Amino acid sequence: MGPDAMAVSAAAVRGGARPGGFLSRLNHSRNMLGLIFMLPAAIFLGGFLAYPLGLGLWLSMTSAKVGDPGKFIGLANFIWLTEDNVFWLSVFNTFLYTVVASVCKFALGLWLAMVLNNHFPFKALIRAIVLMPFIVPTVLSAIAFWWLYDSQDSIISWVLLGLGLIDHHIDFLGDPWNARWAVIIANIWRGIPFVAITLLAGLQTISPSLYEAATIDGASGWQRFRFITLPLLTPIIAVVMTFSVLFTFTDFQLIWVMTKGGPVNSTHLMATLSFQRAIVGGSLGEGAALSVAMIPFLLSAILFSYFGLQRRRWQQGSRDD
Amino acid sequence: MTDALAQAAADSDAKAVAAIREREGMSYLQTVRYRVAVVYLPLGLFLFILLFPFYWMTLATFKSNRELHMYKGWSAMLIHEPTLDNIKKLLFDTDYPSWIWNTMVITVSATVLSIFCAVCAAYAIERLRYRGARYVGMAIFLAYLVPPSILFIPLYTMLSTLELLDSPLSLIFTYPTFLIPFCTWLFMGYFRSIPYELEECALIDGASRVQILLKVVLPLAVPGLISAAIFAFTLSWNEYLYALVFLNSSEAKTAPVGVVTELIEADVYHWGSLMAGALLGSLPVAILYSFFVEHYVSSLTGAVKE
Repeated sequence: MGPDAMAVSAAAVRGGARPGGFLSRLNHSRNMLGLIFMLPAAIFLGGFLAYPLGLGLWLSMTSAKVGDPGKFIGLANFIWLTEDNVFWLSVFNTFLYTVVASVCKFALGLWLAMVLNNHFPFKALIRAIVLMPFIVPTVLSAIAFWWLYDSQDSIISWVLLGLGLIDHHIDFLGDPWNARWAVIIANIWRGIPFVAITLLAGLQTISPSLYEAATIDGASGWQRFRFITLPLLTPIIAVVMTFSVLFTFTDFQLIWVMTKGGPVNSTHLMATLSFQRAIVGGSLGEGAALSVAMIPFLLSAILFSYFGLQRRRWQQGSRDD
Repeated sequence: MTDALAQAAADSDAKAVAAIREREGMSYLQTVRYRVAVVYLPLGLFLFILLFPFYWMTLATFKSNRELHMYKGWSAMLIHEPTLDNIKKLLFDTDYPSWIWNTMVITVSATVLSIFCAVCAAYAIERLRYRGARYVGMAIFLAYLVPPSILFIPLYTMLSTLELLDSPLSLIFTYPTFLIPFCTWLFMGYFRSIPYELEECALIDGASRVQILLKVVLPLAVPGLISAAIFAFTLSWNEYLYALVFLNSSEAKTAPVGVVTELIEADVYHWGSLMAGALLGSLPVAILYSFFVEHYVSSLTGAVKE
């Protein structure tokens, strides 16, 4: 083998293909190759996520209706919204729903996680079963709740009647405040497993020797929780709760299946109201304005999550990349 | 040599003992009464509340219409005249079988599509490390946080311009918007755990990047693939808003939407069939989940921990 042939075969090995060919150059350019690898995901996320996001902003400033592109009307949709009592009611409902449901999901989820962190028989099985409400399609479990809340045949009313605690059937979904609490409870029921299982994963990373050391030093149960469990769990709590708040805030399906925003708009969230106005009512522009109005709240939650993540890296002393 | 073996046995034994200690923590200090109050009682209560709706749904599925409205004492807690009428009505008098079929087609296509896109993207971000990869990774995380509630109106107008409304393609193309970010994020974590040396070896042996991805990285990331697939399957099976907005004709609907919109005629609620629809519609994900619990849990917690 002559020196030339040697050089060529070396180049072939380096290039992994014909020397100097297009393919070999491609194979070695990280940026070109990276671009090609990113292409499928970029097409979907650009076309069906980024573009609609921009289109939504534009639609919120038009008078678009179904079958009519409408024309630019500036901030008129938003000005109408500020004069609309139903909109403010939906904002109130959204906040009530998000705050009450998130706080309860967190408290009950943390409690369940701590219970599951103990030692008991059939642990794996029970942990798997606990996640069921989260796995099953929300709409379908919403139907189950609908049946549980039925005005005549609710099992809850029957049991309370049987125990002599109430003297008439509770109209769960027919009365504004009853309906609000009813959907909040259904949301909590659905959310507990997610919070519990993710917090359990966090709890399992805490070494028992910390608790042993604290116990030897005379710490009470509450002190062990307050000064060991809580601080070590804070980073994961921040992330889990941001997700939870985000998804509760933009919830649609539970409400739409159980009450459709009723009675008299008393359970409308911003998401359901925007569906009502845009798809049922046909005023796409107004509906888009409603959903754009959610963005500031979502952004603040995302920023909170971002700083939560940053703090976690700093706490663990790992490099920030 | 025998000594060494004995020593090893003793060593591993000690390790096992330590592992048990680690696992059980201080539980040996707990009295039985304490354990009942702190562990078993709350656990029982939680399990009861979390599972009761499913139990109640199952009862309604197999009860006759007459029995559904009978409450005397505690007899409502059991079934006295089990019947398959509700399921029969669901399967033969409605479009239910075609809803399940639609959901299956849409779910599987969206999952496969998303996993393909996500594997490529995650490999590029994590391993090719092209210029700006870090920011793209961050953007993908943010994309996961964009909720469908603010996208469905513009998507509706977009799909109506593309004339894709009422077609399964409308969902197959839109579900990846929330599946790709999640799966990419998950794969990035998995790829990070695979040592660089393996790839360098393959590069020296003359493998191309595509070969490395297919023959080195992916086989090592199989648990991640399974986790992502199951999670994506569940997410798209359970999706409701897009399916409700984009599909109109009864036979094109997915199971969650069909059950809610088509089984209610005016003010007559066929509770039995509704519950049967809900129960059968939950079965595929429940079965899949029961086989891959560990993968599901690891993807759930992994994605949050990253």
